[in-house]
Amino acid sequence: MEWKLELILFVLLSVMAVFSAIMMVTRRSPINSAIFLIINFFASAGIYLLLQAQFIAVIQVLVYMGAIMVLVIFVIMLLNLQDESKLSEQFSYKKLTSLLLSVLLFCLLGFSVFFGFSGKFTSISGEAEKLGTAESLGKELVLAYSVPFEIAGLLLLAAVVGAVVLAKKSFD
Amino acid sequence: MLEINYYLILSALLFSIGVLGVLVRRNAIIIFMSIELMLNAINISLVSFSSYLGEISGQIFVFMVLTVAAAEAAVGLAIIISLYRNKSTVNIDEINILKW
Repeated sequence: MEWKLELILFVLLSVMAVFSAIMMVTRRSPINSAIFLIINFFASAGIYLLLQAQFIAVIQVLVYMGAIMVLVIFVIMLLNLQDESKLSEQFSYKKLTSLLLSVLLFCLLGFSVFFGFSGKFTSISGEAEKLGTAESLGKELVLAYSVPFEIAGLLLLAAVVGAVVLAKKSFD
Repeated sequence: MLEINYYLILSALLFSIGVLGVLVRRNAIIIFMSIELMLNAINISLVSFSSYLGEISGQIFVFMVLTVAAAEAAVGLAIIISLYRNKSTVNIDEINILKW
Protein backbone atom coordinates (compact mmCIF):
# COMPACT_ATOMS: atom_id res chain seq x y z
CA MET A 1 0.00 0.00 0.00
CA GLU A 2 2.77 2.40 0.96
CA TRP A 3 4.72 1.46 -2.14
CA LYS A 4 1.67 2.19 -4.31
CA LEU A 5 1.22 5.60 -2.72
CA GLU A 6 4.87 6.48 -3.38
CA LEU A 7 4.56 5.40 -7.01
CA ILE A 8 1.38 7.41 -7.53
CA LEU A 9 2.90 10.53 -5.97
CA PHE A 10 6.09 10.10 -7.99
CA VAL A 11 4.22 9.72 -11.28
CA LEU A 12 2.01 12.72 -10.50
CA LEU A 13 4.92 14.98 -9.54
CA SER A 14 7.18 13.93 -12.39
CA VAL A 15 4.46 14.36 -15.00
CA MET A 16 3.88 17.83 -13.57
CA ALA A 17 7.61 18.60 -13.64
CA VAL A 18 8.21 17.36 -17.18
CA PHE A 19 5.07 18.98 -18.58
CA SER A 20 5.89 22.36 -17.03
CA ALA A 21 9.51 22.11 -18.22
CA ILE A 22 8.37 21.48 -21.81
CA MET A 23 5.86 24.32 -21.58
CA MET A 24 8.57 26.59 -20.20
CA VAL A 25 10.84 25.92 -23.15
CA THR A 26 8.10 26.29 -25.77
CA ARG A 27 6.06 29.29 -24.56
CA ARG A 28 6.60 32.46 -26.54
CA SER A 29 6.20 35.05 -23.82
CA PRO A 30 8.89 35.14 -21.10
CA ILE A 31 6.37 35.69 -18.31
CA ASN A 32 4.52 32.46 -19.17
CA SER A 33 7.83 30.63 -19.18
CA ALA A 34 8.64 32.02 -15.74
CA ILE A 35 5.30 30.86 -14.33
CA PHE A 36 5.77 27.35 -15.75
CA LEU A 37 9.28 27.28 -14.27
CA ILE A 38 7.78 28.09 -10.87
CA ILE A 39 5.40 25.12 -11.26
CA ASN A 40 8.39 22.96 -12.17
CA PHE A 41 10.28 24.04 -9.03
CA PHE A 42 7.19 23.29 -6.96
CA ALA A 43 7.02 19.75 -8.38
CA SER A 44 10.74 19.31 -7.64
CA ALA A 45 10.14 20.34 -4.04
CA GLY A 46 7.55 17.56 -3.86
CA ILE A 47 10.10 15.11 -5.26
CA TYR A 48 12.58 16.14 -2.56
CA LEU A 49 9.90 15.42 0.04
CA LEU A 50 9.39 11.95 -1.49
CA LEU A 51 13.14 11.42 -1.12
CA GLN A 52 12.84 12.41 2.56
CA ALA A 53 14.95 15.53 2.24
CA GLN A 54 12.61 17.88 4.06
CA PHE A 55 14.99 20.76 4.63
CA ILE A 56 16.11 20.86 1.00
CA ALA A 57 12.44 20.94 -0.07
CA VAL A 58 11.76 23.96 2.14
CA ILE A 59 14.93 25.69 0.95
CA GLN A 60 13.90 25.00 -2.66
CA VAL A 61 10.59 26.78 -2.12
CA LEU A 62 12.22 29.67 -0.23
CA VAL A 63 15.27 30.29 -2.39
CA TYR A 64 14.25 29.22 -5.89
CA MET A 65 10.60 30.18 -5.90
CA GLY A 66 10.85 32.96 -3.35
CA ALA A 67 14.05 34.72 -4.30
CA ILE A 68 15.33 33.74 -7.74
CA MET A 69 12.02 33.61 -9.60
CA VAL A 70 10.84 36.87 -8.05
CA LEU A 71 14.05 38.45 -9.34
CA VAL A 72 13.50 36.97 -12.82
CA ILE A 73 9.88 38.11 -12.99
CA PHE A 74 10.93 41.53 -11.71
CA VAL A 75 13.46 41.86 -14.54
CA ILE A 76 10.96 40.65 -17.17
CA MET A 77 8.42 43.23 -16.00
CA LEU A 78 11.09 45.93 -15.83
CA LEU A 79 12.41 45.39 -19.34
CA ASN A 80 8.96 45.29 -20.97
CA LEU A 81 10.00 42.74 -23.57
CA GLN A 82 8.06 41.85 -26.66
CA ASP A 83 7.17 38.25 -27.39
CA GLU A 84 9.69 36.32 -29.36
CA SER A 85 8.19 36.50 -32.84
CA LYS A 86 7.20 33.35 -34.68
CA LEU A 87 8.74 30.77 -32.45
CA SER A 88 6.81 27.78 -33.68
CA GLU A 89 6.20 28.84 -37.27
CA GLN A 90 9.77 29.42 -38.28
CA PHE A 91 11.47 26.14 -38.99
CA SER A 92 15.19 25.88 -39.30
CA TYR A 93 17.75 23.11 -39.43
CA LYS A 94 19.45 24.65 -36.41
CA LYS A 95 16.39 23.98 -34.27
CA LEU A 96 16.00 20.46 -35.63
CA THR A 97 19.65 19.75 -34.85
CA SER A 98 19.21 21.11 -31.33
CA LEU A 99 16.22 18.86 -30.79
CA LEU A 100 18.11 15.83 -32.09
CA LEU A 101 21.10 16.68 -29.90
CA SER A 102 19.06 16.92 -26.74
CA VAL A 103 17.17 13.70 -27.50
CA LEU A 104 20.55 12.05 -28.04
CA LEU A 105 21.80 13.45 -24.73
CA PHE A 106 18.73 12.07 -22.98
CA CYS A 107 19.28 8.65 -24.58
CA LEU A 108 22.91 8.67 -23.44
CA LEU A 109 22.06 9.64 -19.86
CA GLY A 110 19.05 7.33 -19.72
CA PHE A 111 20.92 4.29 -21.02
CA SER A 112 23.85 4.84 -18.68
CA VAL A 113 21.47 5.16 -15.73
CA PHE A 114 19.44 2.16 -16.84
CA PHE A 115 22.39 -0.18 -17.33
CA GLY A 116 24.46 1.22 -14.49
CA PHE A 117 21.92 1.33 -11.68
CA SER A 118 19.10 -1.11 -12.38
CA GLY A 119 18.63 -3.39 -9.37
CA LYS A 120 21.43 -1.71 -7.38
CA PHE A 121 19.74 0.76 -5.05
CA THR A 122 16.23 -0.53 -4.55
CA SER A 123 15.05 1.37 -1.47
CA ILE A 124 15.70 4.58 0.39
CA SER A 125 18.18 4.12 3.22
CA GLY A 126 16.67 3.85 6.68
CA GLU A 127 18.72 6.78 7.91
CA ALA A 128 17.45 9.12 5.18
CA GLU A 129 14.66 10.43 7.35
CA LYS A 130 17.13 11.57 10.01
CA LEU A 131 19.60 12.94 7.45
CA GLY A 132 17.22 15.36 5.80
CA THR A 133 16.42 17.40 8.90
CA ALA A 134 17.71 20.91 9.46
CA GLU A 135 19.55 19.70 12.54
CA SER A 136 21.75 17.10 10.85
CA LEU A 137 22.36 19.26 7.77
CA GLY A 138 23.31 22.26 9.89
CA LYS A 139 25.65 20.18 12.03
CA GLU A 140 27.41 18.75 8.99
CA LEU A 141 27.59 22.14 7.30
CA VAL A 142 29.22 23.84 10.27
CA LEU A 143 31.48 21.00 11.44
CA ALA A 144 32.72 19.05 8.44
CA TYR A 145 32.09 21.55 5.63
CA SER A 146 32.86 24.81 7.42
CA VAL A 147 35.40 26.05 4.85
CA PRO A 148 33.10 25.59 1.81
CA PHE A 149 30.34 27.19 3.87
CA GLU A 150 32.44 30.31 4.46
CA ILE A 151 33.53 30.39 0.81
CA ALA A 152 29.86 30.27 -0.22
CA GLY A 153 29.25 33.33 1.94
CA LEU A 154 32.13 35.10 0.24
CA LEU A 155 30.73 34.13 -3.18
CA LEU A 156 27.36 35.64 -2.29
CA LEU A 157 29.03 38.86 -1.15
CA ALA A 158 30.98 39.07 -4.42
CA ALA A 159 27.76 38.43 -6.36
CA VAL A 160 25.93 41.23 -4.55
CA VAL A 161 28.75 43.70 -5.19
CA GLY A 162 29.03 42.57 -8.82
CA ALA A 163 25.28 42.89 -9.41
CA VAL A 164 25.23 46.44 -8.01
CA VAL A 165 28.25 47.48 -10.09
CA LEU A 166 26.90 45.90 -13.29
CA ALA A 167 23.42 47.35 -13.01
CA LYS A 168 24.64 50.85 -12.11
CA LYS A 169 24.00 53.49 -14.71
CA SER A 170 27.37 55.20 -14.78
CA PHE A 171 30.71 54.59 -13.13
CA ASP A 172 31.75 57.66 -11.21
CA MET B 1 9.97 1.20 -2.64
CA LEU B 2 10.91 2.82 -5.92
CA GLU B 3 14.31 2.14 -7.40
CA ILE B 4 16.78 4.99 -7.80
CA ASN B 5 16.46 4.64 -11.60
CA TYR B 6 13.13 6.47 -11.65
CA TYR B 7 14.56 9.57 -10.03
CA LEU B 8 17.72 9.55 -12.12
CA ILE B 9 15.79 9.22 -15.39
CA LEU B 10 13.48 12.07 -14.36
CA SER B 11 16.59 14.13 -13.64
CA ALA B 12 18.10 13.23 -17.05
CA LEU B 13 14.86 14.17 -18.80
CA LEU B 14 14.65 17.57 -17.10
CA PHE B 15 18.33 18.20 -17.86
CA SER B 16 17.82 17.40 -21.56
CA ILE B 17 14.82 19.74 -21.73
CA GLY B 18 17.02 22.44 -20.20
CA VAL B 19 19.70 21.82 -22.83
CA LEU B 20 17.03 22.05 -25.53
CA GLY B 21 15.90 25.39 -24.10
CA VAL B 22 19.44 26.79 -24.12
CA LEU B 23 20.00 25.67 -27.73
CA VAL B 24 16.65 26.65 -29.26
CA ARG B 25 15.60 29.87 -27.56
CA ARG B 26 17.01 33.27 -28.50
CA ASN B 27 15.74 35.28 -25.54
CA ALA B 28 18.51 35.72 -22.95
CA ILE B 29 16.10 35.55 -20.01
CA ILE B 30 14.62 32.24 -21.17
CA ILE B 31 18.12 30.83 -21.70
CA PHE B 32 18.88 31.91 -18.16
CA MET B 33 15.75 30.12 -16.89
CA SER B 34 16.73 26.97 -18.79
CA ILE B 35 20.08 27.02 -16.99
CA GLU B 36 18.18 27.17 -13.69
CA LEU B 37 16.16 24.16 -14.87
CA MET B 38 19.38 22.23 -15.54
CA LEU B 39 20.77 23.10 -12.10
CA ASN B 40 17.53 21.89 -10.55
CA ALA B 41 17.72 18.60 -12.47
CA ILE B 42 21.20 18.01 -11.11
CA ASN B 43 19.89 18.74 -7.60
CA ILE B 44 17.29 15.99 -7.99
CA SER B 45 19.94 13.39 -8.79
CA LEU B 46 22.20 14.60 -5.95
CA VAL B 47 19.36 14.37 -3.42
CA SER B 48 18.30 10.93 -4.66
CA PHE B 49 21.83 9.57 -4.31
CA SER B 50 22.05 11.15 -0.88
CA SER B 51 18.93 9.43 0.40
CA TYR B 52 19.49 6.06 -1.25
CA LEU B 53 23.05 5.83 0.06
CA GLY B 54 22.21 7.26 3.50
CA GLU B 55 25.02 9.78 3.08
CA ILE B 56 24.54 13.46 3.77
CA SER B 57 27.21 15.01 1.54
CA GLY B 58 24.87 14.99 -1.48
CA GLN B 59 22.54 17.36 0.30
CA ILE B 60 25.47 19.60 1.26
CA PHE B 61 26.31 19.79 -2.43
CA VAL B 62 22.71 20.77 -3.18
CA PHE B 63 23.25 23.60 -0.73
CA MET B 64 26.31 24.77 -2.64
CA VAL B 65 24.45 24.50 -5.97
CA LEU B 66 21.66 26.65 -4.53
CA THR B 67 24.20 29.26 -3.44
CA VAL B 68 25.77 29.33 -6.88
CA ALA B 69 22.31 29.57 -8.48
CA ALA B 70 21.42 32.56 -6.33
CA ALA B 71 24.72 34.29 -7.13
CA GLU B 72 24.25 33.48 -10.81
CA ALA B 73 20.72 34.92 -10.74
CA ALA B 74 21.94 38.20 -9.25
CA VAL B 75 24.89 38.66 -11.61
CA GLY B 76 23.19 37.24 -14.72
CA LEU B 77 20.14 39.45 -14.40
CA ALA B 78 22.37 42.49 -13.78
CA ILE B 79 24.23 41.64 -17.02
CA ILE B 80 20.91 41.31 -18.87
CA ILE B 81 19.75 44.68 -17.55
CA SER B 82 22.92 46.47 -18.58
CA LEU B 83 22.83 44.73 -22.00
CA TYR B 84 19.26 45.91 -22.50
CA ARG B 85 20.25 49.41 -21.49
CA ASN B 86 23.07 49.52 -24.03
CA LYS B 87 21.59 47.62 -26.97
CA SER B 88 17.80 47.73 -26.28
CA THR B 89 17.48 44.01 -26.95
CA VAL B 90 17.89 40.70 -25.18
CA ASN B 91 18.00 38.65 -28.38
CA ILE B 92 21.32 36.85 -28.21
CA ASP B 93 21.68 36.77 -32.00
CA GLU B 94 22.08 40.54 -31.97
CA ILE B 95 24.51 40.57 -29.06
CA ASN B 96 27.69 39.52 -30.83
CA ILE B 97 30.41 42.07 -30.09
CA LEU B 98 32.62 39.37 -28.59
CA LYS B 99 32.36 37.27 -31.75
CA TRP B 100 35.23 37.54 -34.19
